[in-house]
Amino acid sequence: MSPGWPLWEVFVRARRGVNHVHFGSVHAADEETALQAARDLFTRRQEGVSIWVVRSSDVVASDPDDEDELFDPAEGKDYRFPTDYKLPAEVDHM
Amino acid sequence: MIRNQDQFDVVIEADQRIESDDWMPEDYRKTLIRQIAQHAHSEIIGMQPEGAWISRAPSLRRKSILTAKVQDEAGHGLYLYGAAETLGPDRSELLEMLHTKKQKYSSIFNYPTPTWADVGAIGWLVDGAAIMNQVPLCRCSYGPYGRAMVRVCKEESFHQRQGFQIMLTLAEGTEEQKVMAQEALNRWWWPSIMMFGPPDTESIHNARNMAWGIKRYTNDELRQNFVDASVPQAEVLGLTVPDPDLVWNEERGHYDYGEPDWEEFMQMVRGEGELPAERIRTRLDAHNEGAWVREAAEAYAAKRREVAA
Ligand SMILES: [Fe+2]
Ligand SMILES: [Fe+2]
Repeated sequence: MSPGWPLWEVFVRARRGVNHVHFGSVHAADEETALQAARDLFTRRQEGVSIWVVRSSDVVASDPDDEDELFDPAEGKDYRFPTDYKLPAEVDHM
Repeated sequence: MIRNQDQFDVVIEADQRIESDDWMPEDYRKTLIRQIAQHAHSEIIGMQPEGAWISRAPSLRRKSILTAKVQDEAGHGLYLYGAAETLGPDRSELLEMLHTKKQKYSSIFNYPTPTWADVGAIGWLVDGAAIMNQVPLCRCSYGPYGRAMVRVCKEESFHQRQGFQIMLTLAEGTEEQKVMAQEALNRWWWPSIMMFGPPDTESIHNARNMAWGIKRYTNDELRQNFVDASVPQAEVLGLTVPDPDLVWNEERGHYDYGEPDWEEFMQMVRGEGELPAERIRTRLDAHNEGAWVREAAEAYAAKRREVAA
């Protein structure tokens, strides 16, 4: 393996009807060999029916330092959840 | 991957899912684009009747709740436009279809919301009917639509509960508030019943869409479920469902109910009148007034590319 090879993120669809899920990453020279490597590495036991590979450098990630400002505003908004509404027992399954 | 009609039929027969890169019959694709897009349009237009009450909500808590609900509806629209786009059309094409009325949105949003009680009735009945429709769609044969529906359904439950709670508060309040709640129920009952679409005998695509696994229950089956679920809820509120023919049928184990005014329904579907025109106008104004934001985003992206180069 040449050190210059890029990293690829691998997403596998376990079966029809479910999302592709991130499985991990592989090193490979190009997209075709990345797919082959992903297939060899992650689907030896029929874990999937479809694979996506995406160059890791193409993934735009949120900055870990921004975690508070991005996600804290959703805190304390219990009214976004059904459990915040107390209803009479007869209709509480609604 | 599915490459032809035979393979498509096998997957549908086995009640498995079709994915965006599969081969599919042209009619299946067209039907789904239309259905998902119209569903998306409904979520977006549906923000208007309730959005109009955000500034007039009776307390800060109610204002926060209603804002959160309207935000959710915007989100539902976006999940659905995203799902429709996996079938080919571009976002701008889909919006164009809404703006030029080539595609419809649910006619339930062509009714006015004159009082705060209407916000309660919408949450309870309209979101309630939407849930009844959407739960089976989680198992739609088209994967991206089904998965969008799973996310939507998770969010809908609070919508219905907050609406019922508004109705309960009013129904337990002063005589005047109780009257408000009853009048809102009178206004929204029949339109909600008609949200399930025309009777099975007149629904042209029922059979084909059932065979394709796009639809799981017929319009009348869903309507019956809705009536059976809602009548006891109205009893808890101490309100009267405005249907003189409504009666429990012991033999069927269901409520019998009266015939809705399908002529009014067809009028609403055709979108005639002042309110539907206002809905589209409001939507277009929002779109046009947002043009500078889209232009600024593009200019900023272009500039960043320039700096990076
Ligand atoms: Fe919604
Ligand atoms: Fe909703």
